[in-house]
Amino acid sequence: MSIIVKELSKIYDKQIAVNKISFEALPGRILGFLGPNGAGKSTTMKMITGFLSANHGEIFVSDLNINSESIAVKQKIGYLPENNPLYFDMYVKEYLQFVGEIYGVQNLKNRIVEVIEATGLQKEQHKQIGQLSKGYKQRVGLAQAIIHQPEVLILDEPTSGLDPNQLIEIRNLIKELGKTKTVILSTHIMQEVEAICDDVIIINKGEIVANNSLKDLLELHQEKSLEPIFVKLTNQ
Amino acid sequence: MLSIYKKEFYAYLSSLVAYITIGIFLTVLGLFLWVFPDSSILDYGYAGLDSLFNTVPYLFMFLIPAITMRTLAEEKKEGTFELLATKPLTDWDIILGKYLAAITLVLFALIPTLIYYISVYQLGATVGNIDSGAVIGSYIGLFLLGASFVAIGVFSSSLTKNQIIAFAIAVFLCFITFSGFDSASQILSFQSIDSILINLGINAHYQSISRGVLDTRDLIYFLSFIAIFLVITKTILGGRKW
Repeated sequence: MSIIVKELSKIYDKQIAVNKISFEALPGRILGFLGPNGAGKSTTMKMITGFLSANHGEIFVSDLNINSESIAVKQKIGYLPENNPLYFDMYVKEYLQFVGEIYGVQNLKNRIVEVIEATGLQKEQHKQIGQLSKGYKQRVGLAQAIIHQPEVLILDEPTSGLDPNQLIEIRNLIKELGKTKTVILSTHIMQEVEAICDDVIIINKGEIVANNSLKDLLELHQEKSLEPIFVKLTNQ
Repeated sequence: MLSIYKKEFYAYLSSLVAYITIGIFLTVLGLFLWVFPDSSILDYGYAGLDSLFNTVPYLFMFLIPAITMRTLAEEKKEGTFELLATKPLTDWDIILGKYLAAITLVLFALIPTLIYYISVYQLGATVGNIDSGAVIGSYIGLFLLGASFVAIGVFSSSLTKNQIIAFAIAVFLCFITFSGFDSASQILSFQSIDSILINLGINAHYQSISRGVLDTRDLIYFLSFIAIFLVITKTILGGRKW
């Protein structure tokens, strides 16, 4: 169930986007990926989910190697990409049906109903995705990530664009999911990390500058909140 | 792969693109075959569908790129390719699913033309006075031609995020592979290899199958043609990782 990343690197021509980073994400704990824009958070997530290939290093998801057993790994992962790409002319249920079929979900019709309820999409479930507001689109993205009950959730800025009420709902949902899964989420919002994350990794310019549990990190730097720590570590 | 196939096919049916392009295809074809005196079957006087089989390849050169131009280009542009690539699907699942959906649409465009066959069949001086063997052969040839153009279309769509560019490249390649080789073989300085050039082009094999005799060489040609373009497409898609 855990994710193990060893010496992972991604180099684009001359730019080193991710520089030999190593870390572990454990089941039942939510790992928060923090970092300035362009630090390498999304690139790392894209490598974990198999979208990009690493130039160096290894990734193991539930002891399966992403390179040699990529299909098996992808079956275990639920991924919400940055910018939440969606098929705008599909209907919500049609889209969830499509994703469910790809994953081979049993009892798909019931599962779709469950997922729609869990993400609060009941009122919008009969619309075309293109007709939804940003917040609901985000929820559809989340729904497709959890429909097959994956062991691992990789969420790239999952609360982007949500209003305060939706934020609370989605955070609660993620916290609930985190109890039984391995969750990595990336965000810019400190309160979010403080609210739901157990462990924190701060990335800056492709390198890890902090890798602790939330409590330990706060203690280590003698701070009550993450923001000053973030600023201190990423302002080089 | 079936899920991709279903989704793609329903997407074609729910977008206006399919209806408009097939509608234009059938309308233009109908005009050529029954109205315009130069190519009209009624004016030609002989019970044959030659006009149909001579005209459709050129219509396909525009119809098929129009159908396939969005297939991969839009995924890359909208970012939804990242969704597909991180699901437990192989690249072949994605490519073949899209390819087969497009071919099904081409079939849907061709099937209404069977009415023309039935009409000419009935209109013959003696009913049924039409070379049905040749017609069957020609339809098979047309289907293989369409399948080849779809392969070109899918390949072109994988090259760019811009659908118009994908369309333009596909039209160009369809034209070159269909009649470009014929024309090239007529250049005097290529005289020594003219038969090689002619046989590299689709037209030669299309004409050959249209005679009603299915030569395995022609079948192998078409299957290899399709395979080459799909393999190149897979290689291009794989290149995203680097």
